[in-house]
Amino acid sequence: MKKRAPLSDSPEWTFDLLGEYQTEIERVAKHYRLDTYTNQIEVITAEQMMDAYAGVGMPIGYNHWTFGKKFIQTEQTYRRGRMGLAYEIVINSDPCISYLMEENSMTMQALVMAHACYGHNSFFKGNYLFKSWTDASSIIDYLLFAKNYIADCENKYGISEVESTLDACHALMNHGVDRYKRPQKISLEEELKRQKSREEYLQSQVNNLWRTVPESEEVKNKPKPRFPSEPQENILYFIEKNAPLLKPWQREIVRIVRKISQYFYPQKQTQVMNEGWACFWHYTILNHLYDEGLVTDKFMLEFLHNHTNVVAQPEYNSPYYSGINPYALGFNMFIDIKRICEHPTEEDKQWFPEFAGSNWLDTLHFAMENFKDESFISQYLSPKLMRDFKLFHIHDNDSNNFLEVSAIHNEQGYQKIRTALSNQYNLSNKETNIQIIDAKVNGDRSLTLKYTPHQKIPLGDSKDEVIKHLFYLWQFEVKIMQEDEQGNQKILASCPIKTTEEVP
Amino acid sequence: MANFIDRRLNSKNKSTVNRQRFLRRYKTQIKKSVSDAVTQRGVTDVNSGESITIPKKDLGEPVFHQGKGGINDVVHPGNDQFTTGDHIERPQQGQGQGSGQGEASDSGEGDDNFVFSISKDEYLDLLFEDLELPNLEKSQLSKIVEYKTVRSGYCAEGVPSNIDIVKSLQGSIARRIAMTSSKRKQLKELEAALVQLEQDPHDNIKKTKELKKSIQDLKDKIAKVPFIDSFDLHYRNYAKQAIPTSRAVMFCLMDVSGSMDQATKDIAKRFYVLLYLFLTRTYKTIDVVYIRHHTQASEVDEETFFYSKETGGTIASTALELMDKIIKERYDSKDWNIYGAQASDGDNWADDSPKCANILEKNILPVARYFSYIEITQRAHQTLWQHYETVAATQNHFAMQHIKDVTDIYPVFRELFKKRAEQAA
Repeated sequence: MKKRAPLSDSPEWTFDLLGEYQTEIERVAKHYRLDTYTNQIEVITAEQMMDAYAGVGMPIGYNHWTFGKKFIQTEQTYRRGRMGLAYEIVINSDPCISYLMEENSMTMQALVMAHACYGHNSFFKGNYLFKSWTDASSIIDYLLFAKNYIADCENKYGISEVESTLDACHALMNHGVDRYKRPQKISLEEELKRQKSREEYLQSQVNNLWRTVPESEEVKNKPKPRFPSEPQENILYFIEKNAPLLKPWQREIVRIVRKISQYFYPQKQTQVMNEGWACFWHYTILNHLYDEGLVTDKFMLEFLHNHTNVVAQPEYNSPYYSGINPYALGFNMFIDIKRICEHPTEEDKQWFPEFAGSNWLDTLHFAMENFKDESFISQYLSPKLMRDFKLFHIHDNDSNNFLEVSAIHNEQGYQKIRTALSNQYNLSNKETNIQIIDAKVNGDRSLTLKYTPHQKIPLGDSKDEVIKHLFYLWQFEVKIMQEDEQGNQKILASCPIKTTEEVP
Repeated sequence: MANFIDRRLNSKNKSTVNRQRFLRRYKTQIKKSVSDAVTQRGVTDVNSGESITIPKKDLGEPVFHQGKGGINDVVHPGNDQFTTGDHIERPQQGQGQGSGQGEASDSGEGDDNFVFSISKDEYLDLLFEDLELPNLEKSQLSKIVEYKTVRSGYCAEGVPSNIDIVKSLQGSIARRIAMTSSKRKQLKELEAALVQLEQDPHDNIKKTKELKKSIQDLKDKIAKVPFIDSFDLHYRNYAKQAIPTSRAVMFCLMDVSGSMDQATKDIAKRFYVLLYLFLTRTYKTIDVVYIRHHTQASEVDEETFFYSKETGGTIASTALELMDKIIKERYDSKDWNIYGAQASDGDNWADDSPKCANILEKNILPVARYFSYIEITQRAHQTLWQHYETVAATQNHFAMQHIKDVTDIYPVFRELFKKRAEQAA
């Protein structure tokens, strides 16, 4: 390879130098077929980074105290030196916005550009979940619409009312996601156009549902269909469409929170892959530049120092241990896939006959595009990596007074560990399974939810508080029940709280 | 493709609104924290903000989550000793082995309280919301104490350094225009006549000569109008304006006789802290005078005031006398806003109480802006209280309150200083 004069490795960055590095990184990224949205790279200060933090990944957020709380928390921990700020924040939008922090050295800026602007960016554009569930081109417009709409509501109906509605929606945010039905893409013009007519339409639908005009005898005698006819897992959607007394603007706010929740859902499901992919590419791209002689040894040492920190995995008994580091797992899995393609061992050929020895770049792109954490791990976690990480599986059944090591990184344990780790990233196991099973449209208008435990794990203590929030939206009795093994129904929580005599 | 945007100069306070929303929402908790924090301060420490502590449980945003228990399967890295089938004793809760509590706690630090800082202004605002200094407006201007020089228009006389050049030259132009207008009108006419004359085919030498001469005369006359005249000069005018003084003195009077124990003194101290903080909202400079007394009164420093031990009987009037003396010597009521706060457990020589009421009414209250008396006792009121009650009935800038224990201080303080409108009603 023809050596070129290296780029400046002075720690101070300038916009010119950023541009030079960006051009080289882009060239290498193209070489590896990384397809990205246009990059919009914004240089910000540490204070602005804290603002960005508080916005939980939304570049334009509506006003709410919870973001203020996040900001204060960030500020406190940062000031006390307990936490460094993240090097970057990247937004799944088109153009793809990434933030570089002013304080970073040139090396760090290059790392961040390779990581965010080409790693994450190409993941947002290529991964099937993001492709089918989010619309990068409209999100900024939609967030702007949401911010203005909510500010407008605050003016019209008062900050407190809007705040209570948002509080209630936030409590149910995780249950505002369609997991199986693909949502429609949103665009701003349409949203505005539809919003007015939707207000009226929605309300008329609701009115129809709750009609109290007396029915003829004939209709009355027919058995009433259960409503909803099938259990509903998207609680916010159900509220938006069916809550009897919500005002039109409140329905719109429920919708906004639901849409934002939906927008972030793919990110929750692809943490390991997304970070792994981005780490893999900053590592690969910068090493490529080094091989070409474009960056110096000094640059590489600083880069590797940071890179190693990011992908470090503390062991279970280390004081720094807080679960598996998604950066470490993801990065090592992608490196491992590349290894399996380039230098497969006998074991690899046996475990991964489909791709062992194939073109690594094709395989990597395929993996990035078509999986989420759960399926990615169950498909690609190799025995070698399990040995490298020394993974072991702890089975904790609260009916025993001990924990059991049910599998370790050996021949008998590989499959079991892989399944267990994959399940660990299955959101439907981590999040509570709660569905609306009954709304008494013809009776006392009470709403019944059902909790189906996963592996007998009970519902957490906050249920009473959440039910209160749900009651705020529904405004008639709300209860949540659970069926035990004998099929008996047990009420876990209800609002307003009933005395025991009243429970049938 | 990439666009670089430098956002560093954009406002960095994007979160300010959200921060205020947060303060607004947790006002009750924050206020509680603020009023607790008062006791931790020195009397005159007002420059710092305050760190606010809110129990984390109050801040939670509840979501449905999985609780503890049931069956948990977790994969951990770094196996160094286990083989399949090993049984391990279940670790004590919270020892960090984290047997799959899912997202139960996102804090990672357990049940720490949520601590954050508010600025000095935010702190004082919260502490003294809805309170105001009594008598402030009424007597502010009646006792003019300081002057400030302010611009007030122009005048015709003054010292050269005060000449306003722009204004003066404007005057000069106006005067010149006014004084020459008729002449210029004439000049114009003559010039027009001259032009006509020159176009005339006949020779009019004499007439032309005459015309030219009168034109020259007029021009000379116009030129003779002076460029600047003393009449044009405008001087900037200054006037003295009365402003209320921003100086205040706060007298802390306390009974340190044997019957006052440290707990009672602490209660008094908290009261003084509040009063001091409150005064800083209005006054730039505040002197604090500590007067303690048993059978004799003396002026002391803060440390001695609160923490030195004394015994003996109580003659409260000595303190009031000393206060009166100090006012006369050092704090002229024309220059100073005088506030007094007396704390006592109510013990006093029975003979002395009428004297106290008398000094207060005759000497102190006429010059003081406000005088408050707090009685910290669990027992029945004694003579001092009874005599003061008669004073309070006639003087509306004297107030007295009864404090039983620490928790009463803040409410009592609010009671003393709540908005006058309410009090009057």
